[in-house]
Amino acid sequence: MAATVTLQIDGQSITVAAGTTLLNAAAMAGATVPTICYHEHCTANALCRLCVVEVEGARVLAPACVASVAEGMRVHTRNERVERSRRTILEMLHSASDVSEAPEIQQQLDDYHANRERFGGGERREAEVIDDNPMYIRDYSKCILCWRCVQVCAADAQFTYAINFSGRGFETSISTFFEQSLTDSSCVFCGQCVGVCPTGALKPKREWLLEQGQAPADILDATRGPGKKRRERK
Amino acid sequence: MAPTASSSIIHLTTAAQPHIDNPGHSGLLPALIKAQKQNGYISKPVAAEIARVLQVPLAEVYGVIEFYALLYKEPTATRVIRICGDPACAIAGGHAALEAVCASLGVSPNTATADGGFMVERSPCLGLCDQAPASRVNDMALGCIPVAVPAAIIAAKSLAKPAVVGGSLRHLTRRCGTGATPSLAAYTTDGGYSALTKAVQQLTPAAVIAELKSSGLVGRGGAAFPTGVKWESAANASGAEKYIVCNADESEPGTFKDRILMEDDPHAVLEGMALAGYACGAQRGYLYVRAEYPHAQQRLAAAIAEAAAGGYLGNNLLGSKFCFDIELRSGAGAYICGEETALFESIEGKRGFPRVKPPFPTTAGLFGKPTVVNNVETLCNVPLIIGAGAAAYRMHGTEKSPGSKLFCLSGDVARPGLYEVPFGVTLRTILDEMAGGVSGGTLQAVLFGGAAGAFATAAHLDVPMTFEDLRKADLPLGSGVVMVFNHTRNLRSVLEGLAHFFAEESCGKCYPCQLGTVRQHEILGRVAAGHARAGDKELLADVGWTMLDASLCGLGQTAATATLSAIKLWPELFAPNGQAQTARTS
Repeated sequence: MAATVTLQIDGQSITVAAGTTLLNAAAMAGATVPTICYHEHCTANALCRLCVVEVEGARVLAPACVASVAEGMRVHTRNERVERSRRTILEMLHSASDVSEAPEIQQQLDDYHANRERFGGGERREAEVIDDNPMYIRDYSKCILCWRCVQVCAADAQFTYAINFSGRGFETSISTFFEQSLTDSSCVFCGQCVGVCPTGALKPKREWLLEQGQAPADILDATRGPGKKRRERK
Repeated sequence: MAPTASSSIIHLTTAAQPHIDNPGHSGLLPALIKAQKQNGYISKPVAAEIARVLQVPLAEVYGVIEFYALLYKEPTATRVIRICGDPACAIAGGHAALEAVCASLGVSPNTATADGGFMVERSPCLGLCDQAPASRVNDMALGCIPVAVPAAIIAAKSLAKPAVVGGSLRHLTRRCGTGATPSLAAYTTDGGYSALTKAVQQLTPAAVIAELKSSGLVGRGGAAFPTGVKWESAANASGAEKYIVCNADESEPGTFKDRILMEDDPHAVLEGMALAGYACGAQRGYLYVRAEYPHAQQRLAAAIAEAAAGGYLGNNLLGSKFCFDIELRSGAGAYICGEETALFESIEGKRGFPRVKPPFPTTAGLFGKPTVVNNVETLCNVPLIIGAGAAAYRMHGTEKSPGSKLFCLSGDVARPGLYEVPFGVTLRTILDEMAGGVSGGTLQAVLFGGAAGAFATAAHLDVPMTFEDLRKADLPLGSGVVMVFNHTRNLRSVLEGLAHFFAEESCGKCYPCQLGTVRQHEILGRVAAGHARAGDKELLADVGWTMLDASLCGLGQTAATATLSAIKLWPELFAPNGQAQTARTS
């Protein structure tokens, strides 16, 4: 296999290393391809499909985060066909989950002139906030099923395997074993899942309590472990 | 009942695969299915014990239980009555039967009676569309249920007639429809296993592949990929460990051809798999059959035992150096597992999420090894080709679509059933001359290729049934479904039913399908209820094209093809209330 590949991205010829993803090749060509589920430290699963681009001759659109460059490929990162899919995905996502705390998605909704009310009245993901440990809360009405938390909990980082899925299809949710409390699960409270969550579905408990209007001193009391306070230690 | 005895779980997990020392993750689904069968559900302690024995993380075990529709985490009932709600059964009274049974038992769907005796569920297609409406009571598949007599449905009474197997060519179906399953002796007397014998004793693997390539056989599961090319690619892939997978997860609404092949001619499936193994250099085959086909599973299991005892499977089969074993696997209620990579995930003991391709199965398939995955009908063609030669095989059909094809006729047709014809006959010939024509009225529509297919009308009756002609007519051959709707049928309800199917069966991995199938179902629900809104047609088109263009796998890419074809044929169906004025809106 040749070490480099020459292709056209939005009419511009570019030569990149073989095996480069279309996402990275597009960036090198100065084109911005939007993503939601993609995270540079996680295995790319190509599941949000926001990064789809048109490759001339291909039957369907290609997910830029996993599709590799090929010699002579002609790629369109943003045309009418691509925009239709991206806009519809964003509109449907907005109609299903609370993305109010996801600034990137809000920006994408604007960029693609998405109508936030287009699928209004459709079934939404509604879930009670799960507050079962002193470290972080889980608000799955904000979850967009990007899978990052499940991946970092498993083989992408921590190898803890505390969380996986419940349900299927639209009814899918992130879950522990039989919905048990995180404190009963194998969770080690490393916080990596909170770090990669793009929508605020996973949030440090202190941050969440502050948002609920609680006083900082009360929050510290509520979230501090049973050990001595630092000041009292000797 | 709280089954917790760990010894029994260890027994069941190892008994599920006696020939594998440590089943590991791949033993998960068989263990869960066994626990489900023993206890009626999978309790938390049982799930935990299975996780411990197989060394699978607890959360993953739970994820798998939650993925498959026929695995339950709560107690069910002694008798679970599942009544098909997909189009062929729906127009035959499936919904009415479900309501009548629920009323008679005094329960709503999915809730057990107080004494735990009964539970009623709407089921996706049971593959008994030729005997609609169909139900399944525990492991009993029942066709032609008496819609007006709920007590008889509850008592698992069936009015099923023998299956109709017909057509103008009886090659693949020569042993089907007789009412008896041929034993090994009957199969070999009829020329069975002669192709396998010829291959392992006289032909090189390369010669088998060459014969298959010159036969022009393409896959019958829907994608129509050249089988010989697929086999050659796997044969040339590096690595000693390779697999043959038979995709018998036939779940496409309207499809029942593979069920009849497996029930009536199980050895032909095994012979096709063994030939694939020989040609590709694989020592092991997996035969993955959907859970809704218990009869087929029983007959295949018996055939595998017979074939192994007779020397047609196992080590040094038929005196050659070739060794090949087949393991029977059951699904657990998931249409998506008919997608080849989701099927691999399922065999590996995971949720049936389709994988990103490439890599393709022939280089990295089951357990990451080179794998050939073929549909049942495809594999049943192989002994015919190797036995009689590619030239003889090509005597039937057309240049570009050689051989014969099985069509599943259901819906408003006088003689629903399985029909084998050479490629090239017209829909009119199959429908009018073989299946007795449209019943109950005149032809309004034909759903072609299944739920993932497209609608045709009387204007398409003279299109020759070949890959090339159907492609020109913008119709998918798919799995050979021909579901007929007469002029009295409400196509809006049919569309709503198809959308319900996809919303239930989407795996939820990629956004276009996870979100789109639900939005499509909601919109078609209000269209069917007579509450269409202005702009609904455009919404459906945007959702449909987004699913088609941007979904990760074939399920999402075809979840709106029927809707999109209906928009093209009958745009008035989607007009806001009061504007639609055709017979179809009645």
